[in-house]
Amino acid sequence: MATQATNIKVLLAKLGLDGHDRGIKVIARAMRDAGMEVVYMGMRVTPDQVAQTALQEDVDVVGISLLSGAHMRLVPRLIKAFQERGIAEDILLMVGGTIPEDDVEPLHEMGVQGVFPVGTFTTTMTDFITTNISRGRSAPQA
Amino acid sequence: MADHIDEQPKRSLSGLEVKPVYTPDDIANTDFARDLGQPGEYPFTRGPYPNMYLGRLWTRRQIAGFGTAKATNERYRFLLDHGQNGISTDFDHPTLTGYDSDHELAEGEVGRLGVAIDSVRDIDDLFLDIPLDKVSVSLTINHPAIVLLSMFLSVAKDRGVGWDALRGTVQNDSLKEFHGQKTFALGPRPSLKLTTDIVEFCTNHVPNWYTISISGYHIRESGSDAVQELAFTIAQGMAYVESAMERGLPVDSFAPRLSFFFGCHNDVFEEVAKFRAARRLWARIMKDRYRAQKPESMRLRFHTQTLGSTLMRQDPQNNIARGTLQALAAVLGGTQSLHVSGFDEAFDIPSEEAMRMSLATQLILAHESGVANTVDPLGGSIFVESMTNDIEEAAWEYINKIEDLGAGSLKQGMLQAIDTGYIEREIARSAYEYQLRIENGDQVVVGLNQYQSESTQKLELFQFDPEEEDWQKARLAETRSGRSAAAVKSALSSLKQAAQDDKNLMPPVLEAVTVLATEGEILDTLRDVYGEYVDPGVF
Repeated sequence: MATQATNIKVLLAKLGLDGHDRGIKVIARAMRDAGMEVVYMGMRVTPDQVAQTALQEDVDVVGISLLSGAHMRLVPRLIKAFQERGIAEDILLMVGGTIPEDDVEPLHEMGVQGVFPVGTFTTTMTDFITTNISRGRSAPQA
Repeated sequence: MADHIDEQPKRSLSGLEVKPVYTPDDIANTDFARDLGQPGEYPFTRGPYPNMYLGRLWTRRQIAGFGTAKATNERYRFLLDHGQNGISTDFDHPTLTGYDSDHELAEGEVGRLGVAIDSVRDIDDLFLDIPLDKVSVSLTINHPAIVLLSMFLSVAKDRGVGWDALRGTVQNDSLKEFHGQKTFALGPRPSLKLTTDIVEFCTNHVPNWYTISISGYHIRESGSDAVQELAFTIAQGMAYVESAMERGLPVDSFAPRLSFFFGCHNDVFEEVAKFRAARRLWARIMKDRYRAQKPESMRLRFHTQTLGSTLMRQDPQNNIARGTLQALAAVLGGTQSLHVSGFDEAFDIPSEEAMRMSLATQLILAHESGVANTVDPLGGSIFVESMTNDIEEAAWEYINKIEDLGAGSLKQGMLQAIDTGYIEREIARSAYEYQLRIENGDQVVVGLNQYQSESTQKLELFQFDPEEEDWQKARLAETRSGRSAAAVKSALSSLKQAAQDDKNLMPPVLEAVTVLATEGEILDTLRDVYGEYVDPGVF
């Protein structure tokens, strides 16, 4: 059962110094047009800032974009920051960007639910969200 | 799927109407003498030089940078041995944004997408055994350009190479950092001041150096269309010209040392028209608006990089065909130098093998295709001339709008356009619309949304050595412990004073790098005076 997109709140951010923000801005528009509430933190944020904002804004989904190759270093720190705030279980975590094939499975094992390499259609991501959100404010609907 | 004749008019990649067939009526208002002229003559539509590639082929300048300066220096020498004749430096994100390799935000990015530079010692390593008076060097850096250029000048001086013998470019295009590339270190106004400091200093002391590479490439990679790329780039250039003239520099003293940098997409004729329109636009603006007298001030010359954003993960070998098309368009458009992106760049920075193929693509174009045998081979094509006119006209609409935002000043207009997020939003809109066209099938991308193959061939990708980050941090620590702390403190404090007094900052930065102040320390000093810039998160 898919959730109505209008009940879903998404936090998007870019970790580290990476400046490649074309993709995440496209995704922000696509999610907004799909009816989701989008909070875009912009670039150069730290894992702690993302986790703190996710907690304060009470979001359902966190989407991180990395085209810097630093995903295997920064994503574990983000998940740790979620755990420290007790929100790791409440958030659907998605990571996208230049993610080599070999890193996809390790990211899943770390606790990233969705990994989306460059070229992924925005509809694939919005569908992924509506299919996988089934908690709290966004209770499953027909 | 059967081929069919579409009843709808075709559109170029950027949405310009393309007719089924062109007749002389389509360029009835074009006056060949006025609007094209001879190659090498105003308005330079047909090329900046009379003989173009018959005189000298374009410079094959593949950008490279990864890991430490020593590792990158090896790649440079590999490329020079394989037919390259210019160097272009790619810096890592910490260097591009003005942070040292041991800064918290730098974690995982040191040497990752470019070479890591912390002090003048790294620049010395980067150009080991490379004759700085013979090989032209492009320093691809923007807000910290003043630091990297100072390091380069300092190394040249130490090696006994006179500054007048240096031929090269520093990108130094501060304004595009707020809507393309996004590796800003400071806000729009202070970074524009630094850009102008470099123009002023080099005009007086490094006479053959290209002081700004006014860049559309990153705007295009960020998702703009061809018209936006052209318009925003020209508008940036106008802002720099006005800023330098406000300093009291005569336009003809610095304008000949401005150059341009564009991307090149797959729509061959649109790209050729864009390059030709760029030359004509710039020539007219420099002559009519800024009253330049020297032809060299009006003559637009540019570097081209084929677009990484057109490269697909699906069937990556197809990207070799895309790179060839884009490179062909750049050459037909009269580029002065060229980088062909690696076919494997949807996965990581290019492997050595991919760079060898990119260089081979350039050599095949140069020596086997015949396209370099005559000047402006598409000049006079009704379609190309018509599209050149259309792109020039469409670009004017944006430029006029930015001029209005600045009440007649392009410098103020660009600052306004950046402050309000206007340019970033325009580009994001185009990027989104293009993505939707791919997703709904209106724009075919072979292997992605049509003609998918089952091929699962694995590429030999670039292998990053994570120990390079530790090595770089250790070297930075060694630099810090081996220098005079008092000299660094004094140099940084002079820099701070000069910034507060609004002086040209090249001399104090040169002094600071000489006593081994690091890039991050110098930028921290400037951030201290000018404040930090935070991405507004516009989309």
